[in-house]
Amino acid sequence: MTTTPETDPGPIRQSARAKRATRIADAAAGGWKIVAVKILGLGVVDAIAIYALFVLVRSESWLVAGLVVAVTLLVNWIYFSRGKLPAKYLTPGLIFLAIFQIFVLLYSGYIAFTNYGTGHNSTKADAVNSLLLSSQNRVADSPNYRLTVLEQLGELSFLVTEPDGSVSIGGEERPLKDVNNAQLEGGVAVGLDGYTTLGFQDILGRQSAIAGISVPLTDDPNDGMLRTPDGSSAFLYTSSLDYDEAAGTMRDKNSGITYSDIGTGAFTADNGQELLPGWKIEVGLDNFVRAFTEESIRGPLISVTVWTFAFAFLSVFTTFALGLFLAIVFNDKRMKSRKYYRIIMILPYAFPGFLSALVWAGMMNQEFGFINTVLLGGAEVPWLTNEWLAKGSVLFVNLWLGFPYMFLVTTGALQAIPEELTEAATVDGAKPWAIFRFVKLPLLLVSVAPLLISSFAFNFNNFNLIYMLTNGGPRDVSAGVNVGATDILISMVYKVAFVGANRDYGLASAFAIIIFILVAGIAIISFRRTKSLEELN
Amino acid sequence: MTATTQKNNADVAVSPNAVVGHPRRSFKRWARETGWRHIIGVIMSIFAAFPLLYVFSASLNPGGTLVTANSLFSSFNFGSYVDLFNRPQQPYAAWFGNTLLIGGISSLGTVFLGALAAYAFSRMRFIGRRVGLLTLLLVQMFPQLLAVVAIFLLLSGISEIFPAIGLNSQIGLIMVYLGGALGVNTYLMYGFFNTVPSSIDEAAKIDGAGHARIFFTIILRLVAPILAVVGLLSFVGTTSEFVIASIVLIDPDKQTLAVGLYQFVSQEFSRNWSIFAAGAVLAAIPVMTLFLFLQKYIVGGLTAGSVK
Repeated sequence: MTTTPETDPGPIRQSARAKRATRIADAAAGGWKIVAVKILGLGVVDAIAIYALFVLVRSESWLVAGLVVAVTLLVNWIYFSRGKLPAKYLTPGLIFLAIFQIFVLLYSGYIAFTNYGTGHNSTKADAVNSLLLSSQNRVADSPNYRLTVLEQLGELSFLVTEPDGSVSIGGEERPLKDVNNAQLEGGVAVGLDGYTTLGFQDILGRQSAIAGISVPLTDDPNDGMLRTPDGSSAFLYTSSLDYDEAAGTMRDKNSGITYSDIGTGAFTADNGQELLPGWKIEVGLDNFVRAFTEESIRGPLISVTVWTFAFAFLSVFTTFALGLFLAIVFNDKRMKSRKYYRIIMILPYAFPGFLSALVWAGMMNQEFGFINTVLLGGAEVPWLTNEWLAKGSVLFVNLWLGFPYMFLVTTGALQAIPEELTEAATVDGAKPWAIFRFVKLPLLLVSVAPLLISSFAFNFNNFNLIYMLTNGGPRDVSAGVNVGATDILISMVYKVAFVGANRDYGLASAFAIIIFILVAGIAIISFRRTKSLEELN
Repeated sequence: MTATTQKNNADVAVSPNAVVGHPRRSFKRWARETGWRHIIGVIMSIFAAFPLLYVFSASLNPGGTLVTANSLFSSFNFGSYVDLFNRPQQPYAAWFGNTLLIGGISSLGTVFLGALAAYAFSRMRFIGRRVGLLTLLLVQMFPQLLAVVAIFLLLSGISEIFPAIGLNSQIGLIMVYLGGALGVNTYLMYGFFNTVPSSIDEAAKIDGAGHARIFFTIILRLVAPILAVVGLLSFVGTTSEFVIASIVLIDPDKQTLAVGLYQFVSQEFSRNWSIFAAGAVLAAIPVMTLFLFLQKYIVGGLTAGSVK
């Protein structure tokens, strides 16, 4: 207002001051409570990180340790420095998102290119170790090694007095090392500085852990291991397998067969016989090649994919049709007590989904179920065990589960359509059906299309219903993998990976990647479609 | 039109007859206009409610099997509810507690993480904001379910080093659920945060409030409805989640209702049907109560979320 020349530099000076003032105010206005919470929170995070680091360094996981350090430093830097507001608000969620959603998806991609699964789930060194361990036999004329069990930081060690009187210490994967400062008692070592000697009671309490320990005699695993049956004396065990590290082969001493590493992730004899466990290797596109060329897998994969699409589409269609029909029926202001019908009809939606499927599975049971024995007077209709009836039953139960949602949503959408449109159409001479078909339905579809698409996406992966109701069955006996007539892709992934004795993580991940690609395709198409629908309006 | 009026005017004398005939004609009209709607309503109500009545009746028949469950409400005895808690092999009370605990913590965490992120996206302008929002929209399309194998292997790797948060640990499971927090809910919350006028923030800022105070004491209160919806949906979602819970939780004592009851049913399907039914009824009560009380908000939230 005042037009004196002095005000010209004013704004600049003031803005600098204003900035400082805001900063001070910002810091002051935070309140000590918020600062306290922040310091406390960071303290907890740092404490956990330091503990984690300690454990990680001990187990020599350097890569993970490095990541922990980097993330902790980043978090501290973000929260202790001024500004960086968006980062302060986004970091907590992003950390979880990065590990448990993005990383795991990428990791699935990696697993799809390996032979990970039963018999192939660790490194080659681990496989060699466990093969040697599992084929151990006690040496017939083994000397008796006197033994004391020691503990240090929760880790057990064997303090061994050899028959010649020399004393050494060792543990799981730590070959025996000579020690000379052990406390002796009657020629037998009973204690060592820095270690706690386990008493008789402790040994009894941890018997199975102690019996499971095998201490290598030397660096060469072929020399044998010391094991103890009672915690006080140990005997030498050697393996019937002989590992030749230079050649990378396993030889069975009894039969004389040589098993060699031929790049399939297991020691294999010339006649094709494998020694399991093997180890995890990268197999390139093998899993995908198997999925698409092996007839016993390709057949089920194709039929499951077709059924997944059919199931998802039909589920959306039937639930939407019934929901819309009911919404129209009950969208009449003259009708009394609509509220009560509405509450009863919403019940299936409120009842936990997995329980509904289990209850329906009971009602549809072929011999004892309510539907067959009471409603059909003792007929034995195989609702869940015939291929086509099971598909129908799954859709029917999903209709029961899903119609209330569609009913609620379409009711809302119908009520949102302005009354004037109906009146205008009536004045123009349109019949009720024409009003519905050409005025209401298009408007309704525009507003519920995104919901229909998300409902499609949900049913595409509607694991609970399928698994709880039919368990994917009836089983397809001709298939090379454990799938049935009502299995959808996600339940097939689960069954290949986790059900039964033969788990195949690699193949399951390859299936998951196929779902991923399908879903991505649907997502792209649906985004385009919804845009075009919105433009229609 | 005019003809009928004239006619009506003409036979005023017959009007008593018309009055007598009124209820009958009106019944026809009632049937045509709303009566058939009631018939559909009754049919649909039976369809919707019958399985629930069936399971409730089965639960009131101690020692009942699938066969005895077919005679509805033949007995009225709460014995199965007592038996439910006296089965050491199937620790129902533990399952129930675990489910509430895991569902409660995950949904609180989900709401908190989601609200923080939504606030940043809604109120701040920074590099990568648009990309971030689009990424979240994309990530939303790929449920964690797809990566179930990788989650299992990741957790089994973790449990070699930190058994407390790896396989067979509820903390591990909650962490996995929290990983899905941003993907599913931020967009929903973001839309709602945008409806709160930013002039409120500015006014508070002028009054000297810092960003944290604005967020915790002003914004969070204004967006309470969406927080309730997200919290509820995520609670309902986690309590019935089966796939990840079934591979992570191994000890019966640590499992959730979904995993425990499924195994219960698959082990002794028709024999202990009434105990299963009792378990199902009890398990459904918390979720159904929440749902029926808050159905208005939930439905509103569902529609808002997808239409964004």
